[in-house]
Amino acid sequence: MCVAVPGKITEIIGSIANVDFHGNTVRVQLGLVQATVGDYVLVHAGCAIEVMKSGQAEELLTLFDELDAIMAPEKNDAN
Amino acid sequence: MQIDQVLHALKTYEGPEIRIMEVCGTHTVAIMQGGLRSLLSDRITLVSGPGCPVCVTACAYIDRCIALAMTPGVKLYSFGDMMKIKGSTKSLSEAKASGAQVSFVYSPFDVLTAAEKEPDTMHVFAAVGFETTVPIYALLLQQAAEKGLKNIQLLTAIKTILPALETILSGTENDGTEKPIHGFIAPGHVSAIIGKNAYLDLARRYHRPFTVAGFSPEHIVAAVYQLLQQINSGRADVTNLYTGVVAENGNAKAQKAMSEVFEPGDALWRGIGTITNSSLYLNRTYAAYDAGSQNLGDEPSESALCRCRDVILGNIHPIDCPLFGTACTPAHAQGACMVSGEGACGIWYRFSPKKPGKDR
Amino acid sequence: MQGIFREVFYLYKVKGIAINMATITMAHGSGGSESAQLIEELFLKHIGNDLLNEKGDAAFLPGGGRLAFSTDSFVVDPVFFPGGDIGKLAVCGTVNDLLCTGATPRWLSAGFILEEGLPLADLEKIIISMKMAASEAGVIIACADTKVIEGKGGIYINTSGIGTLDTVDIRPSGGKPGDAVIVSGHLGDHHACILSQRMGIQNNIQSDCGLLTQILSAMRTENIVVHAMRDITRGGLATVLNELCASSDVFCEVAETAIPTSAVLRSFCDILGLDPLYMANEGKMLLFVGGADEKTALAALHNTNVGKNAVCIGYLKDNKATAPYSARVSIKTRLGGSRPLDALTGEGLPRIC
Repeated sequence: MCVAVPGKITEIIGSIANVDFHGNTVRVQLGLVQATVGDYVLVHAGCAIEVMKSGQAEELLTLFDELDAIMAPEKNDAN
Repeated sequence: MQIDQVLHALKTYEGPEIRIMEVCGTHTVAIMQGGLRSLLSDRITLVSGPGCPVCVTACAYIDRCIALAMTPGVKLYSFGDMMKIKGSTKSLSEAKASGAQVSFVYSPFDVLTAAEKEPDTMHVFAAVGFETTVPIYALLLQQAAEKGLKNIQLLTAIKTILPALETILSGTENDGTEKPIHGFIAPGHVSAIIGKNAYLDLARRYHRPFTVAGFSPEHIVAAVYQLLQQINSGRADVTNLYTGVVAENGNAKAQKAMSEVFEPGDALWRGIGTITNSSLYLNRTYAAYDAGSQNLGDEPSESALCRCRDVILGNIHPIDCPLFGTACTPAHAQGACMVSGEGACGIWYRFSPKKPGKDR
Repeated sequence: MQGIFREVFYLYKVKGIAINMATITMAHGSGGSESAQLIEELFLKHIGNDLLNEKGDAAFLPGGGRLAFSTDSFVVDPVFFPGGDIGKLAVCGTVNDLLCTGATPRWLSAGFILEEGLPLADLEKIIISMKMAASEAGVIIACADTKVIEGKGGIYINTSGIGTLDTVDIRPSGGKPGDAVIVSGHLGDHHACILSQRMGIQNNIQSDCGLLTQILSAMRTENIVVHAMRDITRGGLATVLNELCASSDVFCEVAETAIPTSAVLRSFCDILGLDPLYMANEGKMLLFVGGADEKTALAALHNTNVGKNAVCIGYLKDNKATAPYSARVSIKTRLGGSRPLDALTGEGLPRIC
């Protein structure tokens, strides 16, 4: 239920964006997010559902830093 | 931490046996594709939950889709996932071969475009999914209403994730025959919509940890590791490994769209039964866009040997069901889990039709 | 029949077909004057040769020796796509099947089922594509047939092919433990190209539709014995690899990190929830060669156009004790996990789950 992938907005016309995924361009609805040209958006079924802080590759790089941060007891998210 | 350290820790773990459930069909696929179970110690079991909205969909829903697609003046559209699911007699693909007007699309918004181009046809979308997809349906109908389009409808079979999680958790609490689930990998993209904090209440009341994870193998092993630490130290926090996508309270704009178009209602989950308030239906304002989504529940009679309920609730693996791979295959599915390639049994079958020696 | 053709040929030679305006109609299939005109002015004009021009009921082929014989039908939609069309596909597909047996492709038959409404200009383009592919492959279209049915302008083509064999033929059962498993290039492009048109996703992915003659030549030039070979069409690499391993009664583990795909293809798959291992190709070969020949084979392939991205993705093993699980084919994943890699079940449609 969760096939979604990040892409970069290259153009916005009204509430629709052209989003680039490593050379694939998809027309994407922007009605569920606030985004501008150059933003990375997570796209599910032709619709942006979230603005991402960075692309997928960058996000993976920070994954284990985040794991470290979670594992450190003083920084644990409390209930 | 590095990935190697995490993998080493998971492979060499010798602590108490733990069972971790992932509830998203996409996580199930990622775990199988990555061969992740082979990287874990025998004492860690990954269990697939009811995260396949397609296979928990009632037979009667597929039958209604086919009936609509066979109606003159109506065109039905669906995601690819739905095309091969059998209703009481046939699937949408088979119906298409018999003349039904059905096609699969990448986005529900393709249907909006079609409706504008062909005003004399009613265009119906088979609207299944969890919270990841629901806001898209909401946005679609809001746009349809703005444009004054009257020839577009949804036939909905929406499921929401928290009531299903509660059913699983309360089942393991109340009925001692079911094996416990010690922690949950929360679905990354559902969580993008509903937010990380959506799991706080369940975590607190049932004292179970949840970790929100993305879909790369790295994410999943990191999540398993994180849950392992929590479980063995008796913690029950909700943590987030997918902060690039999942915010504390999710996507407010998407939630607002959902609440403006849908309202909660009960739903029949094929293989589990009715779960209260586990679905969303079009509200009164948008009732004209409903192609008849209510009262589409039924319980098809399944073989007495079918163990779907135990598979969906995580008590057994698909290969533990006596019918798996023999009497029950995707071509002749006995129960919900094998019905689609995205149900737990369907996924296991896709990756290993025969009962493997070492796979768990 | 021949007499009628001659008569109507003289009657209608002056008028000719107005190709730009006309479409296929039921009359074109009736065997009468329109049929004759179509045959003469579209088919024979482009793919005519000594054999076909005889307009006999059968073609006479110079004989003797062992033959390989193959058939395939082509129903691709859309019929024109980046990188090719149904005509090119119809010739390359059957020629490639013959090449896989080690045969030298020589003659093709071509059967056309044309739906009413098919623009004649499109049909002519398709025939010209076939001519060019046949010429490149060194094959002659020796006989042909057309039928017209009601419909919406579609076209379906069957080609059957005959090739001549030397003493050596290549069979799917020829794989041996220790063999290197080689894929000739990037996977998934044809499937993605076709689906891109249907799903409205824009990219520069081209179908890899083409002849695999260079692969055979490269192996022959280096005196490499190919143990087994199959073009990677429907069902994708996973399916074809399972077929060859089953025929050869061997086992195999491939490395996920070695699977050759382009970045744009991988991203396309991510968008639609597809798996490149199960996607169709129309110009890719799977080869089993002796382990000792791996480096030479790859170097030879890299010197060709069609094989420049060839890689070795794994090795054949002799029993399941050395291959994880009881699966015939397994895959070692990026993180070091292992799982079965079975043939395609189902249709491999795009998904959201």
